[in-house]
Formats: sequence, structure tokens, C-alpha cells
Amino acid sequence: MSEPIIHMENIKKHFGNVIALNGVTFDVRPGECHCLLGDNGAGKSTFIKTMSGVHKPTAGEIFFEGRPMSFDSPRDAMEAGIATVFQDLAMIPLMSVTRNFFMGREPKKGGIIKRFDIDRANQITMEEMRRMGINLRAPDQAVGALSGGERQTVAIARAVYFGAKVLILDEPTSALGVRQTSNVLATIDRVRNQGIGVVFISHNVRHAMAVGDRFTVLNRGQTLGTAVKGEIDAAQLQDMMAGGQEMAQLEGSLGGTV
Amino acid sequence: MTDATDGADERIKSESVVTRLMKRPELGAISGVILVTIFFLITADRSMFTLSGIMNFMTPAAQLGILGIAAAMLMIGGEFDLSIGSMVAFAGLIFGVLAVNMGLPLILCIPLTLLAAAGMGAVNGTVVIRTGLPSFIVTLAFLFILRGASLVGLKWFTGGSTQLRGVRDAVEGDFLTPFFSGDAFPGLFSWLAERGIIDSFNSGAPKVPGIPVEILWFIVMALICTFVLLRTPAGNWIFATGGDDNAAANSGVPVKRVKIALFMLTACAAALVAIITVIDAGSTDARRGFMKEFEAIITAVIGGCLLTGGYGSAIGAFFGAIIFGMVTIGLTYTDFDQDWFQVFLGGMLLLAVVFNNVIRKRVTGER
Repeated sequence: MSEPIIHMENIKKHFGNVIALNGVTFDVRPGECHCLLGDNGAGKSTFIKTMSGVHKPTAGEIFFEGRPMSFDSPRDAMEAGIATVFQDLAMIPLMSVTRNFFMGREPKKGGIIKRFDIDRANQITMEEMRRMGINLRAPDQAVGALSGGERQTVAIARAVYFGAKVLILDEPTSALGVRQTSNVLATIDRVRNQGIGVVFISHNVRHAMAVGDRFTVLNRGQTLGTAVKGEIDAAQLQDMMAGGQEMAQLEGSLGGTV
Repeated sequence: MTDATDGADERIKSESVVTRLMKRPELGAISGVILVTIFFLITADRSMFTLSGIMNFMTPAAQLGILGIAAAMLMIGGEFDLSIGSMVAFAGLIFGVLAVNMGLPLILCIPLTLLAAAGMGAVNGTVVIRTGLPSFIVTLAFLFILRGASLVGLKWFTGGSTQLRGVRDAVEGDFLTPFFSGDAFPGLFSWLAERGIIDSFNSGAPKVPGIPVEILWFIVMALICTFVLLRTPAGNWIFATGGDDNAAANSGVPVKRVKIALFMLTACAAALVAIITVIDAGSTDARRGFMKEFEAIITAVIGGCLLTGGYGSAIGAFFGAIIFGMVTIGLTYTDFDQDWFQVFLGGMLLLAVVFNNVIRKRVTGER
């Protein structure tokens, strides 16, 4: 087993008197997809925000490539190579795919007056999107005209292109249809094969099982343990997420379809 | 979503030139110019489209266009500036006081006036960002503050009058005056007149002595702003800031700096118009630039800017201003009552907003 890129040890986060995280341990290795599962309010969002530098942990340690690390801002984390694709995707519908792709990090050319090298930007965008399995009609197509899955893929391709070592995906499949979901899952697989560590946040066990190598379940701000693929089945994960008994009762009344 | 095969997606029809054009924000303004031109070709006296007639409507178009292009840049960046018109009066006051009361040369007057305006623009921008209030309401406050300050200031410096005279005498002979007043290229125009290429009076002097300088400023500004928007990182930041400032900030765009810079730009555009028109009139008064904020915004909207930001063009505003100039001046060449102009303008604005909305839906593929 290779060394983890990022290792978070016993992370605690309190907001005033609310304990959002109460000792979470989590790590990601290069080329794996580690799923972080949990129901609403389990602390998933707080945890990934801690990992991406938005929040500072109240207690606990973060090791990045083996060294203790403390991120002061999302910028710090981004520069270290931790890219987060939040649910809003940070995409602007009225702008072209290229303009979105390079937003804030435009390639420049020219001497005294630095110009936005739009030709190179277009070319890179087309190439990177093709590598993710999407043939754009044109790089100046507006992002608003893309499907949800394609937008998700643009966001992922952008993070990968800008040198992500760890890619955190916040519920990338939550608003997508069946086809789109499988496309995004395929994209995750491609990213993983490039040696990037993927953190896949979801509350959908089936989506997680489809691509995950390891699974960590969060419940009430605590990790309930990490399982390796093959050691656990969907039903067990589901039970852990929901905290056991109530779910069993519900499933009974719904005929076991959840 | 497409499959990972090579070649284009078979489900997407290739776009015709017309469809591609439809997606350009300035399309509306350009077709507007064509429509208005046809209208006046039919209804107006033929002298409207002679060289002197064109200069006649291009001069007010240029004065408004300088403001309109700046307003368009700010609107693309997602904000409004309703204080542009009052800023013209305020900058006119500062310029007048520096030139007449303090007797400074233009090489000092102009940078100091622009600096003062940029400072006010920065205040506008900072208040908008710090309070998080809509720029509409913040700059509405400055509309009154600056108009009032201009009035009070004029009375102070003139000893009770609301008009400050003597600017022309003060700037006469200054080596910078030709850049901000009068006509450019007089040599070229008399040369053309001598050869009979353009109309001349019996004396041999050309009927049009040159291109009014504001038209050149107007063209230069349209070109620079278009370049910045389409071909520089700053342009991408302006679109991003206006499109979604949160997403832009998360992607590393310096949203606050962009917005403050744009407020400074509109204020400086107002100061430039103030300098040009004050030298031209030889005096400044408290009503200078009255209602120009609305005309500038109309220009930007006719030019294809969305009220919600993130979309628009400087070239569009350029043509929007030309439409404005043509309609204002053009009606005097027709048999229509000149006061139809406001009706016409309101109609154009309404049409432009509806049209822009359709375009936006086409661009984003909404149905």
C-alpha cells in the first residue's frame, strides 16, 4: 500500500457549543477512491471544509504527504494540491466552457500588455474535456448549455488540469439522472487511474459501491470505521449511515426498497 | 452527454452563421443601427447623412457613448452606477475650479480631476462591497450627494452663482487643449476639401473642419474596452464577477478589486465627458450631466448588457450610443415633432430588454 497523500487524524470541530465533528480519522492514497458516506447532518460538509482549508479544526492533526500541515485558507489547500468541487461547481452559466475552465487562472501571452491567450486556452479545454470523454461542440459554448453531468465533468477536468493531488467531490451525483450519474462515475474512475486520490462524498450507497475502493461512514460527527471494498455490502453501509435500528424498522414498513 | 468517441456529437446540429451571430451580445445594437438608419433614410432630409450631418449626430453619441461604454463594463461586472450624471457635474466643478479659480495648467487640472473622480468611484465601490447593499441604492444616494455638492460648491467658488464661467479663457493656448476640444485632423480635412473629396464652402474651407475630438475618444475607448473584455485576464474576471461573484471568488478572481476598479472607470468616464464638455461650453453649471446616468444605462442595455450582469459588450454600447445620437438629432431632420424622441427611446429600451432576454436563453440553452 502506498503512503496516504493526506491523513486526517482524530479531527474535532466545534462551532460554539455545537460539536460538528467529534474525532474523525480519514486518509486518501494516490489512485484510490475513498468514499465518505453519511446522512444529512452527519458532518460530511464540515469535514470536507476542514480538509479543503475553509475551516480550521478545533483539535486533531492533518498530515499532507507525511508532514504535519495546517491550511490557513482554501488557497493554501489548493496550492498544496487539494481541489474541491463543491455542489455549486463554481461555474458561471453565461460564460463559455473555456472562460470557466480558466477563470482566475488565465494563461497569458505577450510582452508589456499581458493578454489572455484564448487560443491556447480553447485548445487545452478541448483536449482536457476529450480526456474525460466529452467532445465539446465548441470551446466557446456556454456552460449553461451543458448538461448537469457535463458541467460536473468540466469542474473535475479543471481541478485535475490545475494539478490536483486530492480531488474532493461533494455529492457530485446528487442531482443527476441515471445516464449522467454513470458518466460522472466513469469520470471518477478515469481520474483515479491518473494517480489522483479521490474523496467521493455521497449519501447514495449504490453510487459509492460502484466506484469506491474504501468506505468510511460518518454518523453524528464520528467515524464508524473504514471498510475496504469487498468486505462490506450495500445493506451494511446503509445501516451504518442511518445508525442501525430505525432504518431496519423503516425498511420493514417500506418493503425493503430503500 | 456524449460518448467517448472521436468526432462531433451527432445529435448537435452544426450551427449556421446566423445562429452564431444570434449569440453575440452586440447583435441587437447593430441591427438597431441598421433599422434606425433605414428609418431616417426614408423619413429624414438627405442632409442627415452628409458628412456634416453625421458629425452632427456622432458628437452627442460620442459624449453619451463614453459614459455608456463605462456603464456597460460596470454592468457586465454586475453593478450599476446611478451617480454617473451627477459625477459629470461634480467633475466639471472640480475641473472648473482648478482651471479658473486656481489657474492651473491642463497638465495638472486633468489628472487631478480624474484622480478626484476615481476617488469618488472607489468610495462608491467600497460602500457597495462593504455593506453588501445593491449598488442601485448606494449610487442613488451618490446621485443626490454629488448633485447637491456640485450646486453648493459652485456657489462657494463663484460667490453665489450656479454657473462657473471663464473656462475657455483659462485653457486657451494650453498645449493639451486640442486633445480635449475642437476638431482633430483639420489639415487632412482641408486637403480633402481642396481636392473636392468632401464638401467645402465657397471660400474653399471645408464644411466639416475635422473630426470632433470626443468622437475619437469614443472610438478609442470602445476599442480598448473591447480588447480588455475579450482578450485579457481582467476581461475574464469582469465577466466572472458579474456572472456569479461567489463562484468567481472561489476560483481565485479578485472580485472586490474588479468591482472597485469598474466603479472608478465609470467615474473617470464621467470626468472625461465633463472635461470635454466644459471646455467646449466654456463654463460649467450644476445641471451638467443631468439624467445622463439613465441614458448611459439605456445605451448599455441597447448594447446587449443584461441587467443581471455577466453578459454584454463594449462594442454593443458603442452602437447603442450611436442609435441614441441618431434618434435625438435625426428627428430634427424629419417632419416629426422632435419630442417623439423620448417615446422612441423608451420603446427601444423595452425592445432591447425583451430581445436580450431571448438571447440569454439561447446562449444558456434554456427553453
